[in-house]
Amino acid sequence: MQEAMIKRAKELLADGSVDRVIGWKRGEFAYDITPAVFTTAEELDRDFVCDDFTAANVSKYLVKETQKEGKILAFLKPCDTYSFNQLVKEHRIDREKVYVIGIEGGPKLDIEKIKAKGITGILSVKNEDYTLKIETIYGTQTMPFYEAILGKCASCKSKKHVVFDELIGEDGDVLDSNRFEMVEKLENMTAQERFDFWRDQLSKCIRCNACRNVCPACTCENCVFDNPKSGIDNKAPADSFEENMFHIIRAFHVAGRCTDCGECSRVCPQHIPLHLLNRKFIKDINELYGEYQAGADTTSRAPLNTYDKNDCEPSVVHERGVE
Amino acid sequence: MQRIGVFVCHCGTNIAATVDVKAVAEALGHEAGVVIAQDYQYMCSESGQELVKSAIREQKLTGVVICSCSPRMHENTFRKAAASAGLNPYLVEVANIREQCSWIHKDIATATEKAIILGKAAVAKVALNTPLTSMESPVVKRALVIGGGIAGIQTALDIAEAGFDVDIVEKNPTIGGKMAQIDKTFPTLDCAACILTPKMVEASQNERITIHSFSEVEDVKGFVGNFTVKIKKKARFVDETKCTGCGLCTEKCPMKKVPNEFNMGLDNRSAIYIPFAQAVPKVATIDPNYCMMLKTGKCGVCSKVCSAGAIDYKQQDTIIEQQYGAIVVATGFNPIKLDKYDEFAYNQCPDVVTSLELERLMNAAGPNGGTLLRPSDKTHPHTIVFVQCVGSRCDDEKGKPYCSKICCMYTAKHAMLIREKYPDTEVYVFYIDVRTPGKNFDEFYRRAVEQYNVHYIKGMVGKVTPKSDGKIDVQASDLLANEQLHINADMVVLAAAIEPDKTARPLATMLTTQMDTNDFFTEAHPKLRPVESATAGIFLSGACQGPKDIPETVAQGSAAAAKAIGLLCKNSITCNPCTAHSDELMCNGCSSCEKVCPYGAITYIDKEFRMPDRTTKIRRVASVNPAVCQGCGACTVACPSGAMDLSGFSNSQIMAEVDAICK
Repeated sequence: MQEAMIKRAKELLADGSVDRVIGWKRGEFAYDITPAVFTTAEELDRDFVCDDFTAANVSKYLVKETQKEGKILAFLKPCDTYSFNQLVKEHRIDREKVYVIGIEGGPKLDIEKIKAKGITGILSVKNEDYTLKIETIYGTQTMPFYEAILGKCASCKSKKHVVFDELIGEDGDVLDSNRFEMVEKLENMTAQERFDFWRDQLSKCIRCNACRNVCPACTCENCVFDNPKSGIDNKAPADSFEENMFHIIRAFHVAGRCTDCGECSRVCPQHIPLHLLNRKFIKDINELYGEYQAGADTTSRAPLNTYDKNDCEPSVVHERGVE
Repeated sequence: MQRIGVFVCHCGTNIAATVDVKAVAEALGHEAGVVIAQDYQYMCSESGQELVKSAIREQKLTGVVICSCSPRMHENTFRKAAASAGLNPYLVEVANIREQCSWIHKDIATATEKAIILGKAAVAKVALNTPLTSMESPVVKRALVIGGGIAGIQTALDIAEAGFDVDIVEKNPTIGGKMAQIDKTFPTLDCAACILTPKMVEASQNERITIHSFSEVEDVKGFVGNFTVKIKKKARFVDETKCTGCGLCTEKCPMKKVPNEFNMGLDNRSAIYIPFAQAVPKVATIDPNYCMMLKTGKCGVCSKVCSAGAIDYKQQDTIIEQQYGAIVVATGFNPIKLDKYDEFAYNQCPDVVTSLELERLMNAAGPNGGTLLRPSDKTHPHTIVFVQCVGSRCDDEKGKPYCSKICCMYTAKHAMLIREKYPDTEVYVFYIDVRTPGKNFDEFYRRAVEQYNVHYIKGMVGKVTPKSDGKIDVQASDLLANEQLHINADMVVLAAAIEPDKTARPLATMLTTQMDTNDFFTEAHPKLRPVESATAGIFLSGACQGPKDIPETVAQGSAAAAKAIGLLCKNSITCNPCTAHSDELMCNGCSSCEKVCPYGAITYIDKEFRMPDRTTKIRRVASVNPAVCQGCGACTVACPSGAMDLSGFSNSQIMAEVDAICK
């Protein structure tokens, strides 16, 4: 697929349809992959990569990219198209300035899961018939492919591209995912158990802001956590348990807009399952206001921004919070 | 440096009995920025206000906190007092220690503690208050009345009388509404048409009144003093300006089997029709559901016979746009559908009718020319049973929880009229209880019982069964005699509950006015502002606000007119300065605020910003029209970046209040 993508990108650059291309390039290690913008065929040939590690959602980059002159080609996986649509809906991305090519999605690999097997000195990782052949400086190792996939891919919600100008490969369907399994488990805990769970998880937070910076729903011109006038920036540190407040405020801010792309948990260096907070909101919205998938389209009104006579009463929401 | 004055009101014993007001003043006196803290018997009295005023002058106060009743009561009083002493009125805050504290607590210690906390929150807020200045916005000197029943007609006439232009929008081909269908009116028994039609004519002849009949309100934008309304004039396929109302087309129309809605479907009309003789405007309308020409293209009789050349089969709906300063809602009511009341056999038996159907059956312009005959076999009924509260005061889903208010009186009227005209008829009325508050109402009911010997029986009818001999078996219980009754009746009349017209619900959304759970429009205050809606510039007239009889409807119609006139008299109105504004540097342009704004006050503009690196960037940012904004604050909570803020209730002020409460 990588070759086909590079070929098509070069064509579109050559005929002037686009001025730039956003995709991924390799870093220091084979698995160390970051989003990158390419402007020439040479750069594409040299650096462009799309493999089992290109999990990063490039939609958010398009906020800044579409503020620039000219048009950009974006390769979007199914999950990325939801974020893209949501940003178009919020007028954060100028749709006219993007040419979207839908590409096949994951499952993508989680290098941490490979390392957790005690495999180090990794040179390359190849998927051969769902067995990973891992070349290391100590020799070749193998492990089953599905044991190394990202958490967000294991509970994939959709293989369908909700927006594209053209496709490379096949379009898929919305899947029956098990993504609310863990949320249900948390719901069934007692309040104390749940508090302990989150206390345990969130206390690992080092406030690196990676979750916020990667989140496609977090594109505010001036984040409330960086804005002294918001009255929130100093709230978190004032609390002895600042991580609580930061992540809860963030979850509230993206509620109803989070597409469940899973990037927050993917980038968290402390492996906090942050997506569970967002999924709880998604589940609640589905249950209280009817099924809603943020980013599925660009026109529908989000349940939290809409008043409807059939909306549940606040007391219903309140009662659910009482043990 | 803040110099805040705190004034704690005793409100006689309303507050002082449960709150230690001296302790509240003492505690708040120690708050940062507070330079004076006093308590007084009645803060709202002249001398109480003088206390505030002299403190502002002598202590050079920068902010005032009044701990008293709800701001809905006296906020204005204290704002005016502050203004007269030279302090910006928006530097006054009211801590509600009465409704939200003293009235709901019994324990003095708890209530006092809470009053202190509420006071502290107000002090924290007032410290962040900024002086605000109201803007002025011009008033368009024209009113719109939605609905042309007796309520709308009365309102329009009164507004026109005061010298302002009024438009009436009526969805039916004629004005007149329900009152035009009624035969006689209680408690005087005069003929409804005789008192209504002169008003209809007066409305049509008044130069200041424009009647848009067969029209509907399509869209409402704007705000008090300056509404822009789109009115859809539905195609009636007849040129209103040419039609003389001669009625020849209605006689010649070959399609005569159309249920006549004016007579409640008890007889038929033609496909081209004038609802009734005194219709205003007296213009024919073609019913496209039945007109052969419009359905099949074959006929054209009306066009041939019309000497005025008024028939236009190609007529389309047209939209007219007009500016208004005030809007009066007078959308009225309808009897509920009785489909769910199988026990009364309404759908099975033609001789079981609703009260409004009975009005038509008894009316001279009705299907029987005023002779009361059974719809089934056109014979004279000898036993008539009236059932009260059909769907009114009902606990279940089928009916309405409220009392429809008019049924007791019109049933007494019907019973009396029947006994007067047909003394050989036995009349039974089954009731839960008879409600007759109103001038000369109880006397009227007693005449029905005592003078006309109407059999009033306390109890509900359980089952109505049509029998093979054409009679109707009415099974009921007499609660006072404690016995089961079977009445062999010829007719049964059901006093169906009334409900607001179905068109009112989408209209309320357009007008951003509130409705209660029964879809009646909600007044701004049930006692003190009964004809105003909570949305400025929108007034309520008649049964759209709650069940009403004709005298009440007319009184309310005139009251709504008075309120509208009061508004239209002004050249400009003072706007509420507590409006939202967006910090453009923080705004993402995401449209969340626009979507939740109930007033349509928010638009988006592409604005050029200079970036730190000297480049410029064009960003989409929200812009609030302060004249439209009502200061509800929905946008401020919807805004993900905190760019939206509300003057007088800023995010930082609310945070400060919360902090003060939690401290």
